[in-house]
Amino acid sequence: MLLTVAVLTLPLSFGLLGTLLPALGYLPALGGHGFGLDHFRTLLAVPGIGASVLLSFANGLATTAIAVAVTALFLAAFAGTSVLGRLQHWLSPLLAVPQAAAAFGLILLIAPSGYLIRLAAPFAGIDRPPDLLIPHDPLGITMMAALVLKEIPFLFLVSLAALPQLDLPASRRLAASLGYGRIAGFLYLLWPGVYRQIRFAVYAVLAYSSSVVDVALILGPSLPGTLATRLLEWMNDPDLSARFLASAGAILQLGVTVTALLLWHFTERAGGIALTALRDRGHRFPRDRSMRIAASSAVVVTCATVFSGLALLLLWSIAGLWTFPDLMPKELTLRTWQNGLARIVPPVITTLSAGVISTLIAVLLTIGCLERETETGRKAGDSALLLLYLPLIMPQITFLFGLQLLFIGSGATDRFAALILVHLVFVLPYVFLSLSDAWRQFDTRYDVLAAALGRSRLSALLAIRLPMLTRAILTAFAVGFAVSVGQYLPTVLIGEGRIQTITTEAVALASGGNRRVIGVYALLQTLLPFIIFAVASIVPALLYRNRRAMQV
Amino acid sequence: MTNDTKTAGLVMTDVEICLRDHRLIALSAKVQPSEVLTVMGPSGSGKSTLLAYIGGFLDPVFKARGQVVIGGDNLTDLAPESRRAGILFQDPLLFPHMSVGANVAFAVPATISARRERQRIAADALAEMELDGFAGRDPATLSGGQKARVALARILVSRPRLLLLDEPFSKLDMALRQQMRRLVFTKARDAGLPVILVTHEEADAQAAGGEIHRIDAVSRQPP
Repeated sequence: MLLTVAVLTLPLSFGLLGTLLPALGYLPALGGHGFGLDHFRTLLAVPGIGASVLLSFANGLATTAIAVAVTALFLAAFAGTSVLGRLQHWLSPLLAVPQAAAAFGLILLIAPSGYLIRLAAPFAGIDRPPDLLIPHDPLGITMMAALVLKEIPFLFLVSLAALPQLDLPASRRLAASLGYGRIAGFLYLLWPGVYRQIRFAVYAVLAYSSSVVDVALILGPSLPGTLATRLLEWMNDPDLSARFLASAGAILQLGVTVTALLLWHFTERAGGIALTALRDRGHRFPRDRSMRIAASSAVVVTCATVFSGLALLLLWSIAGLWTFPDLMPKELTLRTWQNGLARIVPPVITTLSAGVISTLIAVLLTIGCLERETETGRKAGDSALLLLYLPLIMPQITFLFGLQLLFIGSGATDRFAALILVHLVFVLPYVFLSLSDAWRQFDTRYDVLAAALGRSRLSALLAIRLPMLTRAILTAFAVGFAVSVGQYLPTVLIGEGRIQTITTEAVALASGGNRRVIGVYALLQTLLPFIIFAVASIVPALLYRNRRAMQV
Repeated sequence: MTNDTKTAGLVMTDVEICLRDHRLIALSAKVQPSEVLTVMGPSGSGKSTLLAYIGGFLDPVFKARGQVVIGGDNLTDLAPESRRAGILFQDPLLFPHMSVGANVAFAVPATISARRERQRIAADALAEMELDGFAGRDPATLSGGQKARVALARILVSRPRLLLLDEPFSKLDMALRQQMRRLVFTKARDAGLPVILVTHEEADAQAAGGEIHRIDAVSRQPP
């Protein structure tokens, strides 16, 4: 328990401190001994800094608002129906698709020479790619689209986990019998309850999209880029004194994210008041068919975009000559895979081992915490939940800068161990959130029974609870692993560019623009978590093939 | 069965269980081996908390005191797993990931460590319940009555010193209920176990045939 708290808070607080001190001018290794606001002054004088800040700020708020709105409307329209069940099968796997891979897929779909334009070319008489700045459009719309694609499935699944706590069928019947439309009935009666449970997840989404690095590098605007990408640039500047600037910028990033969170908080309030006002006036919105169609279309488009993006990555990775505006390559070849294989294996091994080790530690810590909770009968409250979400809500870049400096400054040499620890900070919350529901729903009478049969708690845990929760534990493992695979910034910063994972390699390829090689890397990046998810569902099925009650 | 399952009687002295200002249980009683004490009360009266207190799994929101002594041991001083207080719930709660045989073998005391011996004891216990040859079966494929008998076999194999019954018949259909009542009480008598039965059904109490303690009368009085 204490260890878990330490894993979550120590890197955060030390990292923040390690960023704050250089930002204020104190970094003896680089000759900074005094304290002052000079570096902030320099920061504010950097050309285009205002535009970068605004971009990060708007990006965070806009994507969150869109993702929350789509999730709310979709749930309102379809929670408890078969449509939701069908689409859930398509939405859930999206969570495992790494953000970078989804972004690359999006490029192949919507770039000027992408597949959508190829499809339209014969009808519109286009014979060369139009001159559009996509990706890297100055307003960051492509980047926002890519973020929303991943945020919708995340918020959707988090909300789905919150629904069983509410009486969905009864509320639906009540609202319908009083003449309320499906969407209005849900929003009035159930959404406030759902939102209360998912609000930390929403904050995490907001913080993430206001400080994201990898997607911004792949799709985002340059000149100026978002604040976070410029920070990374300064951090990697061969002129070491740029680190002061970078640290000051990281504190500014924290300010941007916190401001966005505050503004969001007011939006929440305003939304709540508006909803209450509509409800109190008795607006029933009985004819909401068009809204329902819009909500389901948004979700279908999300799924279709990500999956067709993945299909295009595959196609490009085995494409020979493929000229515009052909719909298929002239020939298919495995040459890209063969050429790349030797270079790919080491980063794949690093990705796998960092993912497996950090997730394994996270699963053990989580089980320890939950077992302690069961034993003492104390359920963690809102503050514990906030603690869990803290690493997801604080901008990664803000404390990772400081952690990197501390790591270098401490003279530690085991980069890989440091990498695992940093991954753990982000993996642990997801593993905990993923496993805790199943754990808490476990029928405690089994524990009582085991004790009555003379078994110690440990024996009951090993022989009864853990085996019965095999599926939930393996799923939590797969979720954690997917999170670890997706980590870009922690890997680049703590690895000091000397540890290559499949994700850092893929993002580094973005500027080169070789679609075939990008296809190979992005596909592998997607494949790794999918393999683990597949194992997580196949292993319990095989293990318990003769136990009917253990099947799903 | 071996000698150490023949236990002394169970003596409860000034057992009192409270939830905030409400006293749910106030009881002193003696239950001889092979005898049944029935605790009756409507649902929500807190009658199951008595079993939880004796078994050692009472939710900390309840405040409880009083001695529960059997064979010279005060049970409340012991860890739940050392109390050897066998319990049957409404549901058979067979471990779904184990075979029927493994479910029963799981309960064989740790002093018997040879695997073969444990399996033999489990098979014998199943045979006593007329479940010969069921050891390899998946619990999910058993009928309700068969599951209830496996649960009973599992408890008896653990050599309990007393038996706690938490409305164990209420989910069975009528015909089966009669049968199970007879089986459970016969087995408990044969093993010489003091039994505490918690129920809201008159018929259960009559079948048990022992002393009846009604708790609806005292339950709402402040202590």
